[in-house]
Amino acid sequence: MKKATALITAGALGMTFSGTLMAADDYITLASTTSTENSGLFDAIIPTFTEETGIEVRVVAVGTGQAFEIGRRGDADSLLVHDTAGEEKFVAEGYATERLNVMYNDFVIVGPSDDPAGISDSENVIEAMQRIAESESPFASRGDDSGTNRAELRLWEDAGVTAEGEWYRELGSGMGPTLNTAAGMDAYTFTDRATWVAFENPQDLTLLFEGDEALFNQYGSLLLSEERHPDLKHDLAAQWHEWLVSEEGQQAIADFEVDGQQLFFPNAE
Amino acid sequence: MLTSDNAFSTALALIMSMDSALISIVMLSLQVSLMAVFIASLLALPLGAALALWRFPGRNVVIVALNALMGLPPVVAGLCVYLLLSRAGPLGEWGLLFTPTAMVIAQVILVLPIIAALTRQQVEALHGEYAEQLNSFGLTRSRMIPTLLWDARFALMTVILAGFGRASAEVGAVMIVGGNIDGVTRVMTTSIVLETSKGNLPMALGLGIILLGLVTMINAIAHVIGETAKRRLG
Amino acid sequence: MTIYQAPPVATLQLENVSFVHRGSTLLKPTTLQLAGCHRTLIMGPNGAGKSLLMRLSHGLLTPTSGSVHWQSEPPAQAMVFQRPVLLRRSALDNLTYVLAINNPPRPELKGLSRKAQAMSALEKFGLAPLAKRPARVLSGGEQQRLALARAWLLNPRVLFLDEPTSALDPAAIKAVEDAVLEFHHSGTRIVMTTHDLHQARRLANDVLFLHNGELLEHTPANVFFTAPSSPEAGAFIRGELVW
Repeated sequence: MKKATALITAGALGMTFSGTLMAADDYITLASTTSTENSGLFDAIIPTFTEETGIEVRVVAVGTGQAFEIGRRGDADSLLVHDTAGEEKFVAEGYATERLNVMYNDFVIVGPSDDPAGISDSENVIEAMQRIAESESPFASRGDDSGTNRAELRLWEDAGVTAEGEWYRELGSGMGPTLNTAAGMDAYTFTDRATWVAFENPQDLTLLFEGDEALFNQYGSLLLSEERHPDLKHDLAAQWHEWLVSEEGQQAIADFEVDGQQLFFPNAE
Repeated sequence: MLTSDNAFSTALALIMSMDSALISIVMLSLQVSLMAVFIASLLALPLGAALALWRFPGRNVVIVALNALMGLPPVVAGLCVYLLLSRAGPLGEWGLLFTPTAMVIAQVILVLPIIAALTRQQVEALHGEYAEQLNSFGLTRSRMIPTLLWDARFALMTVILAGFGRASAEVGAVMIVGGNIDGVTRVMTTSIVLETSKGNLPMALGLGIILLGLVTMINAIAHVIGETAKRRLG
Repeated sequence: MTIYQAPPVATLQLENVSFVHRGSTLLKPTTLQLAGCHRTLIMGPNGAGKSLLMRLSHGLLTPTSGSVHWQSEPPAQAMVFQRPVLLRRSALDNLTYVLAINNPPRPELKGLSRKAQAMSALEKFGLAPLAKRPARVLSGGEQQRLALARAWLLNPRVLFLDEPTSALDPAAIKAVEDAVLEFHHSGTRIVMTTHDLHQARRLANDVLFLHNGELLEHTPANVFFTAPSSPEAGAFIRGELVW
């Protein structure tokens, strides 16, 4: 009798389980960044796309570096990331056939409200970063090879600062955990505006520097190479890719707001 | 400001709301972990028992390896399964990456060594007591296994619960192989990570409280069943 | 009382059997023949090698040298231990368990379901009211009777008993001794160790006397108790301390 019970349990478990597994086949897997996922952009725009096309979009939100790796291995059907240089290299290497500008937002520097490095009245971002380095104020860096991390490292280089030392803390974490840590240790950090606006645990952190053109954060959509990975859902992925830059897609992105603030600005050509 | 007070009220509000997204996350967590524990038990119980009964060259190596694997970091297990199931990997054709099945596979790898290693200990102890009598009945070692597993059932229930604890608590493996896809592979632990990264700490802690509550409930049920049966059977 | 006429029991032959464990010789080379359907009692002081000789005969241990063999097909055997090893199940389930292993039913129980066979054995050993009780919460005497009932269902031609009464009170000892006689009446050879002289006098047809891992005597009981040939056995019978 006990064996029968076990069998029934197993059967029931298997049934409910296969139920979950047998979801619609019309879906694509999109590797994208934590900034787009955490801010809630996808929750806002994907339903519109799904309604129009019947295609479900499953988002795996990782750092841009890991998103490229997922794309290289053929584990996602589409990529939406924010590292233009990296994206162009990805196309040049033959992993993707096309890259399109989709939208942009910008990076900002946040830090403790008393601003010990005094960056809020800097002329430009280079100066702001030099002030942080000179005063050796604690700075929390993602350190995870994400798009944001790559942008931050390029700016240190432009500022002529060797980003190392006691004050410079590489966390190896996503944007959210990095903001949590920065809040906990009163450090400056470099973040995309979308994640910052949607972030709910700022504690004493406040937005200290914004508005430099160098802080421009471009998002691009990649159409993966059919030659490299013939098994992927290229047709569905192409629909998504085209929808993002279509009028409807661009409008959906423009309509997404958090606390009345628009976070992403469509700029497809 | 985060206080434990609003975490509890968040947890309570979540439970009260019977939010369908929350329910599907809870159900998926339970399905994945229970399935993983079920499959791992199916493999690990006979394996552990066989390891208790047979002496062969390299047996100690296997035992040490199993004991060491009990401490396998979930992220490493996840990474191995990721590389295995990735399109570019050996099993890529199955298309299992970023599905609940991939999460089950990763958790089986995490749970199996625990159940096998602890089963080995329990069965070896019981075999010490039963060996002469079972030999006298003329049983071969392979025929002793069902008897020993059944008679060690109360201890083994605790062993399986330990496996379930590991499966339901881990996040590193399911995050990598599941991808935390909303509505598809999002489970309790990956939700907690996500909410934490959004800075929504009351929600994260609230989900944590619910997870703890669920695990406690399952353990309590198992404990009551075990104690009742033990009292009945001596 | 009708006695079931069982076919003759195969003869057990031990030839130069010795047993060495971690460098110490626990049984010196022993040659021995157990023939006929007797009640053989193995006697001797503690540590003489009684249980060892029994386990070697039953096949639970492999001798270091020499050979143990039956002079025809090995007969069905069962063993009752000093501390009964009962499974963590009900008394009834402990009995149906052995019936499920492979043994053909006792001739008089042929055609009955396993459960019915088990119930008849429980009744025979006065345990029927305890059928549903977990075996391991029974009293020591009840547990030993359950072990005997289990052995009964195995229908052994040879029954080994290792100090089966050493931990029991007199009433329980009586029940075990009655059971031993019952087995013997039904055609089962008895091989039993004891250090209790009175019990040996009540039960023995013949006696094996061991001392310090050496078989000193194998004689009919009346000879052993009246005129033992070795001084050690003599001292043992007189109740002196023998080392």
